[in-house]
Order: sequence, then structure tokens, then C-alpha cells
Amino acid sequence: MYSDYASLRAWAESEIARTRPADRTRILVGLGTCGIAAGGLDVLAALREKLADMPVSAEIVPVGCIGMCFEEPLVDIVRPGEPRICYAKVTPKSIPTILEEHLLHNNVRKDLAFAVIGDEPYDGVPAWKQLPFFATQRRTVLRNCGFIDPESVAEYIVHDGYAALAKALFEMTPESVIEEVKRSGLRGRGGAGFPTGMKWAFCRQSPGEHKYVICNADEGDPGAFMNRSVLEGDPHSVLEGLIIAAYAIGADHGYIYCRAEYPLAIVRLRKALEQARALGLLGERIFGTDFSFDVTIKEGAGAFVCGEETALMASIEGKRGMPRPRPPFPAQKGLWGQPTNINNVETLNNIPPIILNGADWFAAVGTEKSKGTKTFALTGKVVNSSLIEVPFGMTLREVIFGVGGGIANGRQFKAAQTGGPSGGCLSSEHLDWPIDYETLTKAGSIMGSGGLVVMDDSTCMVDVARFFLNFTQSESCGKCIPCRLGTKRMLEILERIVAGQGKMEDIDLLLELGETVKLGSLCGLGQTAPNPVLSTIRYFRDEYEAHIKEHRCPAKVCKALITYRISEEKCTGCTLCARNCPVNAISGERKKVHVIDPAVCTRCDTCRQVCNFDAVLVD
Amino acid sequence: MTNSIEDMKEAKAFLVIGSNTTEQHPIIGLNIRKAVREGAKLIVADPRCIDLAARADIYMSIKPGTNIALLNGLAHIILKEGLEDKEFIAARTEGFDEWRAVVEQYTPERVSEITGVPVDRLYEAARLYASTKPATLVYAMGITQHTSGHQGVQACANLQLLTGNMGIRGGGLNPLRGQNNVQGACDMGCLPDFFPGYQRVTDEKAREKFAQAWGARFGDKPGLTIVEMLNAAEQGRLKALYVTGENPVMSDPDSRHAIHCLESLDFLVVQDIFLSETARLADVVLPAASFAEKAGTFTNTERRVQLIRPAIDPPGEARPDWEIVADLARRTLKALGQTPEGPYAGWDYASPAQIMDEVAALTPIYGGIRHSRLENGGIQWPCPSPDHLGTPILHVGKFSRGLGKFNPVEYIPSAETPNEAYPLILTTGRRLEHYHTGTMTRRVDGLNKLAPEERVEINTDDAARLGIADGDWVIVESRRGRVKVRAAVGRRCRPGVVFMTFHFAEALGNVLTHAALDPVSRIPEFKVAAVRVQKA
Amino acid sequence: MTITLTVDGKKVTVEDGATILDAAKKAGVYIPTLCADEDLLPFGACRLCLVEVQGDRRPMLPACTTPATDGMVVRTSSPIIDKTRRNVVELLLSDHPEDCLTCPQNNRCELQRVAAYVGVRTNRFRGEKHAYPIDDSNPFYRRDLDRCVLCGKCVRTCDEVQQLGAINFAYRGFRTKIATVLDRPVATSTCESCGQCVDKCPVGALYPEAWLRYGLPTRETKTICSYCGVGCGLILQTRGNTVVGVRGDPDNPVNRGRTCVKGRFGYEFINHPDRLKKPLIKRDGAFVEATWDEALDLVAQRLAAVVRESGPDAVALLTSARCTSEENYLLQKFARGVLGTHNVDHCARL
Repeated sequence: MYSDYASLRAWAESEIARTRPADRTRILVGLGTCGIAAGGLDVLAALREKLADMPVSAEIVPVGCIGMCFEEPLVDIVRPGEPRICYAKVTPKSIPTILEEHLLHNNVRKDLAFAVIGDEPYDGVPAWKQLPFFATQRRTVLRNCGFIDPESVAEYIVHDGYAALAKALFEMTPESVIEEVKRSGLRGRGGAGFPTGMKWAFCRQSPGEHKYVICNADEGDPGAFMNRSVLEGDPHSVLEGLIIAAYAIGADHGYIYCRAEYPLAIVRLRKALEQARALGLLGERIFGTDFSFDVTIKEGAGAFVCGEETALMASIEGKRGMPRPRPPFPAQKGLWGQPTNINNVETLNNIPPIILNGADWFAAVGTEKSKGTKTFALTGKVVNSSLIEVPFGMTLREVIFGVGGGIANGRQFKAAQTGGPSGGCLSSEHLDWPIDYETLTKAGSIMGSGGLVVMDDSTCMVDVARFFLNFTQSESCGKCIPCRLGTKRMLEILERIVAGQGKMEDIDLLLELGETVKLGSLCGLGQTAPNPVLSTIRYFRDEYEAHIKEHRCPAKVCKALITYRISEEKCTGCTLCARNCPVNAISGERKKVHVIDPAVCTRCDTCRQVCNFDAVLVD
Repeated sequence: MTNSIEDMKEAKAFLVIGSNTTEQHPIIGLNIRKAVREGAKLIVADPRCIDLAARADIYMSIKPGTNIALLNGLAHIILKEGLEDKEFIAARTEGFDEWRAVVEQYTPERVSEITGVPVDRLYEAARLYASTKPATLVYAMGITQHTSGHQGVQACANLQLLTGNMGIRGGGLNPLRGQNNVQGACDMGCLPDFFPGYQRVTDEKAREKFAQAWGARFGDKPGLTIVEMLNAAEQGRLKALYVTGENPVMSDPDSRHAIHCLESLDFLVVQDIFLSETARLADVVLPAASFAEKAGTFTNTERRVQLIRPAIDPPGEARPDWEIVADLARRTLKALGQTPEGPYAGWDYASPAQIMDEVAALTPIYGGIRHSRLENGGIQWPCPSPDHLGTPILHVGKFSRGLGKFNPVEYIPSAETPNEAYPLILTTGRRLEHYHTGTMTRRVDGLNKLAPEERVEINTDDAARLGIADGDWVIVESRRGRVKVRAAVGRRCRPGVVFMTFHFAEALGNVLTHAALDPVSRIPEFKVAAVRVQKA
Repeated sequence: MTITLTVDGKKVTVEDGATILDAAKKAGVYIPTLCADEDLLPFGACRLCLVEVQGDRRPMLPACTTPATDGMVVRTSSPIIDKTRRNVVELLLSDHPEDCLTCPQNNRCELQRVAAYVGVRTNRFRGEKHAYPIDDSNPFYRRDLDRCVLCGKCVRTCDEVQQLGAINFAYRGFRTKIATVLDRPVATSTCESCGQCVDKCPVGALYPEAWLRYGLPTRETKTICSYCGVGCGLILQTRGNTVVGVRGDPDNPVNRGRTCVKGRFGYEFINHPDRLKKPLIKRDGAFVEATWDEALDLVAQRLAAVVRESGPDAVALLTSARCTSEENYLLQKFARGVLGTHNVDHCARL
């Protein structure tokens, strides 16, 4: 238990010194879910095995995601007095080479190393900030991710962890904390972008026996993993933000509502809570002050709609996750009928640096109305599938072609989808628009929580709309009629169009239904569900018309509208396609041109993918 | 009820004892469920883990027949901890010290021994009840149907006096009456010791008043109660019995004995809507109208007098009971050669409204009741005059007898306690889907589908010891008879207790029950009979 | 505190805490709804009550959940409101059977009323329709979820009124339905058959089994339940001389419209063929039908004879807690005033 920050910090430093002698080599392994998915655990095992055989002493530190998902698994080696060298796409096979060369022969393998995680290049390996991927990023939220051991509270503290909490408790009143957050211009990172300081102030002003703060960690957008990476890589930072929020609002209990599909995040959060309690940073009389606050982790059961505030609260109360109308707003009557404040993971993560560095520091970055940085899960047909953090105001082009490295496989950019299934598709005309809340809304999309899916010319926009609507329809809670039935009927119309059975009136019907669903639905899920349809009709209407009028899918995606055939010129008769066809639609003798029977073919695309000669053609 | 159903929602605590409210008085049960959801505290004492027990803050599973020990024990703790309402006791009660001396004997340890409720739970219940106000005490036949039934009621009253919960909204002593107009029948003097409005037959002034009004003559001693009537019939003292809308063959304890008594009569008349088990024994059966076919009033458990209205005509030649009785009275007077004189000696009534006018004239608590005043929601008696709005809460500011009296009552064991031969206690009651002797509900197909047959509820542990599985046929046997019935094995009944109803003629709990009476209220001890159970 | 607002140009004053819907009702302005109910908490599901509030940044607000505020100017009809409502109803009808004339709810259906009000004339949204089996496991009511509009009234009634929660929403999206635990037949649930959900259902998704046998009642009569001592107000629904249904009397201060299984469904005994229709006299051990004169004269003479021969106390009366107070009064008056005995009792103790 510490009643001032200096002694806490001293404890942490001694702890680090005790467990991590400066003269010892450290090997950092990226073991976020992305790292694990890429084979990080096999790499770790190989690493342990190899190290045991080597006459060197080194400490293995599991760290979170540094954002370079496209280069996972990552293994970084830090030798005493040397910078941190990052090896990318490491395999169990490459481990012995890397270790032997680097540790025994002092030979940094430039061919395998990706970057120096440091300010200067080293031994021919570029500094990470020099890489286009990192050059324009600005890491506030992700400041610790991939740098510290997320399971070590001491490491968090020596990286200025809990200094903001101490500052808030000892030097600021709850009102001045709220004022600072207001002045910073921070807006909710969960989607709607409501000013965080104002939200806090409403909740503080609401009378109530108890007050609650909730961290919304129910990240449910397909393709989004910003929050997960933060929870896995820097759980204490989220917790610190939550505690500061509780102090500012006057809450005595908090919840972290995290989807159960994030088991690693939950393990790390639980550990963080235990550590914070043990140090007196959570629980009774935090830092020895009169402020007491504790946190419960509530695991969500995998309903997308539970990301909606009122549904989330219902779920915590043990009810079915269904939104309810507002008013009353959560700040008036929220969880258990008490004033409640809900913030997203990323919002809370921004709080400690704002308190520590001041509102002006934060507000110096970004645009007039959108301050600070934003994380994005950059996925799709982009070279660098990754977790990134960029200042507001950066253009879509800078993000996709700069940080993202452009379109994969040399294809053409067609669209970018922001805001997950509730967002819209932007076209090439928006590439030079700055990314901020207002601009995205103006373009018919939303900021959302940070999903950014890049599409190239092989993507069918009608099919994309159908995909997202299928998601929102199956995740609709079913409570209100426009959302439950409106999205269903819109989906059916889209299914008809991609099947080549659409009519031109269907486009008008989609627009009309889309408007009804937007205006009529009860919660944000329904109100935004038509966005993918409306925005694709707005920017890619020609694709809809091609499907309807010409029964043609320009991107050659929609199965009912395409046929597969084998080019007589290119086919070598290798039989690979015939052997891989799951429905035996391909016939042909060895070394002779093969033929696809269109009546049997299910257009699964397997043959085209396996063909080594680009002989499978789609019409 | 001293209080109204409506003001229960203001209660902050409930003690429900001897009432399976959600099944027997479902709408009051809903009020309790709702109050509990909205934060009121609920304490339940019952030998069965009923629906309310599952929702209770504190559930006390008690041995049947030990209510008085429990209530005295709670009072003991409240006094020991100084939680009583001293101001109320000083200002509005008498007999406190005398009562206290008795209650002091009921230490938690002794009470725990008698009732089977752990000492800690007694403390929790007493503290919670005494520290939450207003608190209402709700009871039903689980208190009264014992040989010490009237003392049980007094013990309940004592607790409400002790905690100052009388005469206030959300408090009170609230017995739940089991039949639609049992309150009205009592109010109307259908009791051997009371004229209408609880005017005692032993009171000379009252006798004079009614003798004059009706131009009649009658004795100064109370008459016979049901069970006494049956015994008198057996002994030949009672020759003729006229039964209206009752089914004593099924509803009375020791059913086989009841049949024997009825068969001993010279003349039995039964007036009913169906040929009930009792009607089959009659010499004459008179077809009556059902509630849907006539006008009049029912008085509910909160003393609310409400109008019923005819929706259809009676079937065939069936007639409303009031018409039959008036007709019969005229013919009987003629047969007796009498022509009584008095302001209310006549038997020519044009309508039930006119009968009510006569009731009002002779019954002070109904003095202001007129059918014309009952159109919108009825009136709660006492309603002494036509301009009186009725009395939702009794004993406000002052008890009807002046001061509230603490009546010292002692725990008395039930008349029949288990022994080696009859090791289990049978307690009886009703189920949600059926009603009383089943005359009506067993003629509703859907209710029969929901609850097609009797089941004897038995605790899992007892069942295991007896080798009985859920659904097995078993024989339940008492000193008075035996019944073959299927077993419902579970944890609803506490160990040592089995439960049956009296809805099903083919498996009738009352074949087994004991006809021992409370000496004062003369109520039979339906809630405790010693039985044994074996696999059939 | 009161609030004054304008609804469709009519000024109306309501209590603080009232919703726009409350205010519109008071002003006599009809706003279509399917999920709003005075006995239940606002739910905001059907979206038919959307209205425009002057100066609000949101284009439309639900009247059922939006509190009225002082000076508020509300419009309940405009091109966008009308269009949205019509589309919502059209959507509902796209997943609803088109057999109104043979539906048990015909002419009592809120969806019919709402559809007529918004003026649905086509159905452009045809698509997949539900085809659930009818749940007839409860003897008193049927569940036909094909007709369900998911207004949630049944769920809320079971939860808020009956405090039971036997049913709830289940599944998501188009598959959303009202279900019991594990989606099993309702008779296997904790349902207490109180019938209150049935009475709240605005469409033909929940209806009394009796409605399959009878059309609309021709008359309703307010009375009091004949079962337990609570004294709930009931409304008996009749056709000719048959009771075809019962509903709780919403104006009765005791139950305020609520019912239990016996009060709501236990009325069939009234019209049961076993009812006694003629006086019976037992002759040689068997009952034979008699006239009233025969039967009553016999009873009068036998009772008079016993009184004369053995004294008044050789006769006793058992009156009935099931009969009216007036009848009980007469019965004890008969015992005391005519026969001269206090041997009168009833089943108060049983």
C-alpha cells in the first residue's frame, strides 16, 4: 500500500531491478492473440528449447502486439547496451539461427531483422520510425503495447503508470479532472464520438445513491481488434483510465464488460485487477485517500448488440441484452437504475496521458473538432494488415498507401469501409478527405470504433453490402420492427440482386427501407445498419445496375452471375485443379486441357486459387 | 384483515406465516411478489418451501403445529434486543408485563428445539422484522387450523402490538379468508354464537332486538358448529340438516366419520349447483343458481362488500338461493302454523337489494351498505351510516376495544403427534389449479388437464428411506383411514412432513385428517395428523 | 407540477413525468401503438408512435418513452412520420398470415386497427415468413407465433405483473421469438396460466382456447370472482345463456384487471351439463325429479315436523361461504326466526 506516487515508483523500480538485471539480455516475444495466431507459442517453445542449450543467460518477456500483425510472429532481442532489434515472421526453424548468430556471434541478421525499435538505425537495420509503416503513426493509446510485459504492474509503473491517477487524486479535484478532459477535446472512441468530458459531467451532476463506471470492452465489429490488442498489451492503462473516471464522476464501483471471446484479455485484466488491489490502487482508500473504488469483470456472451450502452447494462444486470429507449440516459438512470458512465477501452486509455501531460498536449494533435489520435484495425486488401494509430486529420490515402503500404497484389483500390457493419463504404473520391468524425459522417459512413477494411477491384460492392447486412440482421436483438424486419427484407433484396434476380425498383425499395430503418430503429445498431447499403448505392450504383440490368458482377464475385472456365492456351493438364475440386466438376486427362462442367461447378474458386498457371478464368 | 389489500404495497416488511399466498390468494400473492421485488423484506415461516419461501429474505422451515412457539420466540428476541415499539406499547396496549413474563420463557434455544428453525435464523428474522416498519403480518389457515388455532392468532396479534404495526398503513394483522364470501357469511351471522354483525346470541339486548325485528323466539345459548352437528347427528340429537352450497363429506375432517353421521340423520336437504358427494346422501336436493346467475354481494377478506350481477339465467328450473329460502320459509311458517309479526318478519323480497336494506337496518357494521352505493368498487365495513365511506384500516388511533391487549399464549403440542407407528405429519391445503372440494374446478377440463390427480408431497430423504420414487403409488394411512395416491418426491415439504389436498374425492386428504377441535374457535386440526406412508 | 404542451395544435396539460403519448391521449389525439400499455413500463419496440417535436435535432421521437416537457410542440402526422409508420406496418404484415377473417382475434386485433389507420394498401416487402407450430400444450390458451409482432407485452406482463418470467425473447434477428426456457412447450414452463399475457396480446398470437369455439361475446357483465376470498373483479363475457369468457375488471380496486388461473379460466363449471336443473326427491334410494312445490312442501313439512316433535335444536343449517351475504342472512334468519335454533354454521373453519 502506497500513499504517494514516489514510493510506489521506487518500489516498481526496485522490483524491475531485482527481476530484470540491466546486464541481462531480454528477448521479447509478441504474444498477443495475433502473435499466437501466427504461431507465436511454437516460436516461444523453440526459443526456450534453444536457449536452454546455449551458454547465455537471457530473459524471455511476453509482450503484447506492437501493431505489425502482418509481420508476426515477432521476436525482439535486447542485449545490454544495445538497441532492441526486431525480427519478423520468425518461425521455430529460424530461431536457432537468429539466436546463435545474434547472441553468440554478435551478428545481427540484417536479412531477418525488420527494424530497430529505437531512435537510430543499428548495424544496417533501419530504425522503426524510418519505416513508412511507423513514420506517420503517433502512439498514445498504443504507447506501451509491445513494449512492456502486460502482466507486470511494475513495468507499467516505471513507464509512468498510475502517475496520472496519483496526480488526479493528490493535485486535482474531480471537477478539475472533468475540466481537463473537456478541454482536451477527447471524444468517445466507441463510435458516436460524444465529448467524453461532457458525458462525465452529466453523470457527476446526476443524483444517485451509487454511481457506476463501465468500460465497454465488447468489441464486436468483424475485423476489429483495436481494443483487444490494448487490453492484452496494456491492461493497466485501461484500468487507470477507469479509476480516474470513477474519481471524476464519484463512482464507487466499476465494471469491465469484455466479450468472452477475448480469453487472453480477460486473463490479463484479472491479473491487473489483482495487482492493483495488492498495491492499494484499487479497492478501499486508493493511495491512502478517501476515494474507494473497485471493479468487476463481466464477460459478455457474444452478442454484438451488447456493445450498445443500454443493452450492455441490461446484460450486466443479468437480463437479455436488448437496448431500451433513451431518455432516461445512462448518466441519469443506468445500471441498477443509478447514474452510470460508459466509456470504450480506447477512450479510457487516452485518459492517463491527458491527465499527465495536460489537455493542451492532447489537443495539439488532430483536427479542429477531432483531437488526438485514433487506432485502426487496418485489414482487407492492404499490404500491411495491422493495428495502427494515427492523428486525426490524416487522409485516407496516407493511411492506406502510406502506413498500410498500398493495395496488395498490385491491384486497384476500390473502397474503404469504416465503422464496421454500421459504417459505410468510401470510394476513391474520398481518398484525400481527412479522417475525422464529421468528415466520415458527411461521406455517409461513421468513425465507429476503428475498423478499416480496404477493398480492391476484386471486391463486389453489392456483395459487401449483403455481407454486412447479413451480419447486422443476424445480430439484431429483434426488439424493434424496423431493425428486425427491415434489415431482413433489405437483405433478401440484396440476395436477389446478387443472384441476378433483382429489379430496378429494388434499388428504390432499398433506399426507402434504408431510410425507414435509419429513422425508425430504436438503437444505434438499427439506425446505422443500412449504412453499408446506402453508401454503396451512393458511390457504386453502377455495380448494382450491372447486377440487375446485365446480370453481371463486375468484380466477378457473385456466384450466380459468374462462370468458371479453363483457358485452353494456359492449361498444362497438370490435374491439380481436378484433384482439388470438391464437387468433381473438372474433367480432363493428364497433359490435356481440362474442362469445367458449369452445371456441377459451385464456383468455390478453389481451382483458380490452386492453379499455378493462371489458367482458370472467371467470366 | 385489519388493513387493505391496496395498502400492502406500502409495507416494508412481510411476515407470511401459514399462508401459501401465491397459490391460495394469487392476486395478493402478486402484490407481495411485487413489493419484494421493489425492495420490501420478506420473511416466510412454513413447513413447505412454497413459492414465497423461495423469494424470501429469510425462510424458516417450521415443524407443523409450532407457530406459537415460533411467534413467542421472535417476540422474545425482539424484547431481548430492545427492538420493540416502546411508545406504542405504552400508549396503546395493556397486559404487556403479564405477557412478557410468558414470552421470557421462550428462549431461542428452546424455540429452535420445538420449531426446528436454527437459532441464528430466529435472530435474523426477529431483527429484520422489528427493524423494518411498517411491517405486515399475513396469515391463513396454517395458523388457525390447529387445536391451538385461536392462540396462534393471538400470538400473531401480540407480535404486531409489540412492533407497533397496528392501525397504520402497510401494517396490520391480515388473515386471508379462503372463500369468496366466507367473510360475508360470518358477517351475516351464519355462526352458532352470533347474530349478523357479530352481535352475540348470549347478549340479551341483541336477542331482544332480533326477536322483535323478526317476530321470533329463540334460545340464549349458542348453537352447534359443523363438527358438533355431525356428532349430534350420530348421537341422534340432531334429526334434520339443511345444507346449502356445502360439501361436508369432502371438506370435513375424518371424512368416513362425516358420511356415517350424515347417514344417521332422519332428513337431509342439500341445496347446491351440482349433485355433490354430500348431495348424494340427501333426501331432497334443490337446484340452485351459480354466482353468474344472480345478484347480491360478496364480502372479501379485506371486508369489502362488492356487488355480483347476473350474467345469464340459471339452467333449467334452478333458482337463486335467496328465492328458494324465502319460498321455503313461507311454506315452513305455514306448516308450523305461525304468522310472526315484526318490522322484518316478512319473507316477501323483491330483490337482494331489499334484503341488504334489512341487513343494514339490523347490523351496525353494515349500517350504511346499500346496493346503490356499491356500483364502483364496493365499501369496506365498518360502514355505520349511508354517508360513511367505509373503513380501510381498523384500529387507527384506537382499538375497537380501547387498548390493544397482549394475550399471553403458550405453545401446546398438536392433538396428534407422530410416533413409531405413524411417524410422519400430514398437513393439508389446496393447490393453485383447484379449489376446495373440487365441485367447481374439477368440472373445468383445462384445470383437470393442468392438475389431473392428487399427489402426496413427500421429502426426498423420507422417500429414499421408504424406497419411494417420484410418481410411485403409495398408501397414506392414519388412525382413521387410508388413501392410495401417487407420490410427488422433492424438497418442497420439510423432512417428516407430507402434504395432501381435499380436491380429489378419489384420493381425499380428509379421509386421514383428525377431527380434534380448538376448544374456543372449534376449528378442526387439519394441519397436523400423524400418518405413515408405504409403497403401494 | 404540471406541464403544458401542444399536440397537433391542441394545448394539453399533464402531470410531470407524463410521456408525449399520455399527453396525446389526454388531448384526444390517436397515436398508433402496439407495444404501449398503461399497466406496463414503456418499451419503445414497435416504433409506430414516432412523432415530431419542434426544435429537436432528432427527426422523430417515440411518443411512448419521450417525456413531455413544458412548451413542447408535437406533431403526430407529417409526410415522413406517415411514411415511416406505413413502412413499419407493411414490414410487420410481410411476416404475418393474411387470414384475418378466420383469425381468432378478428375484430379485436390492434394490428388491424393500426394497419387501417396508417393505410397500408400493398405489400412490397414480401419475403421469408415464419412457420412455427402452434403451441397447444396449455389447455386454456394457444400460442401461434406466426402472428406474433414481438411487442413484448406478454413477456413484460409475465415479468412485471405476474412477477414470474416464464417467457422471454429468445434468439436474434429475424429468428427472434418469444420462448420459454430452452424453447419448450409453454406447459412445461413455470407458467401459472393466469392468462394475463393472453389478454394483453394485441394480435392473434396468444388467444384463449375458448375463442376457437366461440365468436365474439355479445354481452359483458361485471361481477366478483366466486373462488377465494380476495374478491377480484371479473367481467363475464356471454353469448345467449353461455359464459364464453372472462377478463379481469380493470376498474376493480382489488385486482385492477389482474387474474389467476381459476378466476380467468375456471368458469366452465357454470355451463356444465352436470348442473342441477330440477328439484330431486329420493324415493326408494333413487332420486326422482320433482316440481318445486312438491320439493319445498316436503322440506317444509319435514322440518316443521322435526321442530314440533324434537324441538328446534333437532334441526341445523349449514349455510354457504359461496352464497351471497343476502342469502346467508336469509338462511340464518330462517334458522333463528322460523325454526328457532342457533344451529347455524358454515365452512369458515374448513
